[in-house]
Amino acid sequence: MTTEQSKAKIAGYLARFFPGHDLREDEDIFSLGFVNSMFAMQLVTFVEHDFGITVENEDLELDNFRSINAIARLVEGKRAATAAG
Amino acid sequence: MKPHLSPEQEEARASFRAFVDEEIASRADEWHRQERTPPEIIRRLADRGYLGWTLPTGFGGGGRDMITLGLLAGEVGRGCSSLRSLITVHSMVGHAIARWGGRAQQAAWLPLLASGAKIAAFALSEPGVGSDAQSVETRAKLDGDGYVLDGQKKWITYGQIADVFLVFAQCEGAPCAFLVERHRPGVTVEPITGLIGIKASETAAIRFTDCRIPADALVGRRGLGVSHVAAAALDSGRYTVAWGCVGVLEACLEACVAYTSERMQFGVPLKQHQLVRRMITDMATDLSAARLLCLEAGRLRDAKDPAAIAATSMAKYFASTAAARAASNAVQIHGANGCSSEYPVQRYLGDAKVTEIIEGSSQIQQITIAEYAYQEYRAIPRSAQ
Repeated sequence: MTTEQSKAKIAGYLARFFPGHDLREDEDIFSLGFVNSMFAMQLVTFVEHDFGITVENEDLELDNFRSINAIARLVEGKRAATAAG
Repeated sequence: MKPHLSPEQEEARASFRAFVDEEIASRADEWHRQERTPPEIIRRLADRGYLGWTLPTGFGGGGRDMITLGLLAGEVGRGCSSLRSLITVHSMVGHAIARWGGRAQQAAWLPLLASGAKIAAFALSEPGVGSDAQSVETRAKLDGDGYVLDGQKKWITYGQIADVFLVFAQCEGAPCAFLVERHRPGVTVEPITGLIGIKASETAAIRFTDCRIPADALVGRRGLGVSHVAAAALDSGRYTVAWGCVGVLEACLEACVAYTSERMQFGVPLKQHQLVRRMITDMATDLSAARLLCLEAGRLRDAKDPAAIAATSMAKYFASTAAARAASNAVQIHGANGCSSEYPVQRYLGDAKVTEIIEGSSQIQQITIAEYAYQEYRAIPRSAQ
């Protein structure tokens, strides 16, 4: 999966949380207001399931999930680490 | 209705059922009256691996699947909701550490929790904080290379006997999760008795006064204690509570089928009275539906599917409200006998009521599940007219 494909998939998932809002790739999703109390968990579970990575303690930084670009970078980084490992 | 289980899952369920029938069901009323769980039965759960059922095998856990965990919670819940709640809270903490703990933390704690050598309890609720978890008032002040805790927790299931608490506190406005051993200076445990349900669950209030804890007590990251650590733990708790309610439903149905087959009124067994049959119908149908929702939640959890979160909430919401209805009808069917401690159905009623409140009350589920519905169904594109 290319980076653009990853971003499209992430954007597609995030759209359910921000209906009617055209989310930019660099837009801070946490600044758009409270989603629901399980949002963080939903986001982590989606990223793990759809990209086949494991989000670990050291990845638990809000900045890793702050935008479509940030999430795509996290995914690329985890995949590269798995391939190298 | 027989659930769709693999041969291994079916074998596990039969084993759980036999254990509950032999060692739990006949004693649950006694434990309920004494408001105490004997240490021996907790040891028996631990010896059978039930306290670390889904923890990774690398840490001494069973590494088993979520559906089998659900079957365990269901069978234990059928026998005794208090004991099922021990599995719930202990597993919640184990799951939180396995999910978000640091490697050293996992290595230190998971083997102890998996073996049952240490019992864990979940300390989120406070006298002034229930559903509004982000607003916990317990404070953790940074102090040198550690923290100092001050505050109080309330309604902590198995708090009276827990060796370690997963405590949620605000550190300079950032919600955090900490593992706090019972023996630390500044930790005071006060029993809470006289609850309406899960009376044997040794519930407690915990007070922290100038309680110093090391930096490595932090689970996850500062600021993410509720959004990530508590969320993961509560999601786990909701799942076993939902299955526990399947157990309560089954216990109610079994009790009522037996009672209405024997008890005579107006010259015939109660089961021949149509309005009694209506209540049995509702119980049996709700049991099937609750079980199917729980199985689906388990399947999605095993697949690590994001849809598991909503499915688990739905299962908990439905199963707990259904269990409360069933238990209320069970008492009704038993008449005056249902109000007596000589029959288990009054215990089921109190236990079921508690499940409508814990791990996200029914009202919280009603808010949250609607949110999932809007996410899911809004995302489906409509075809052109």
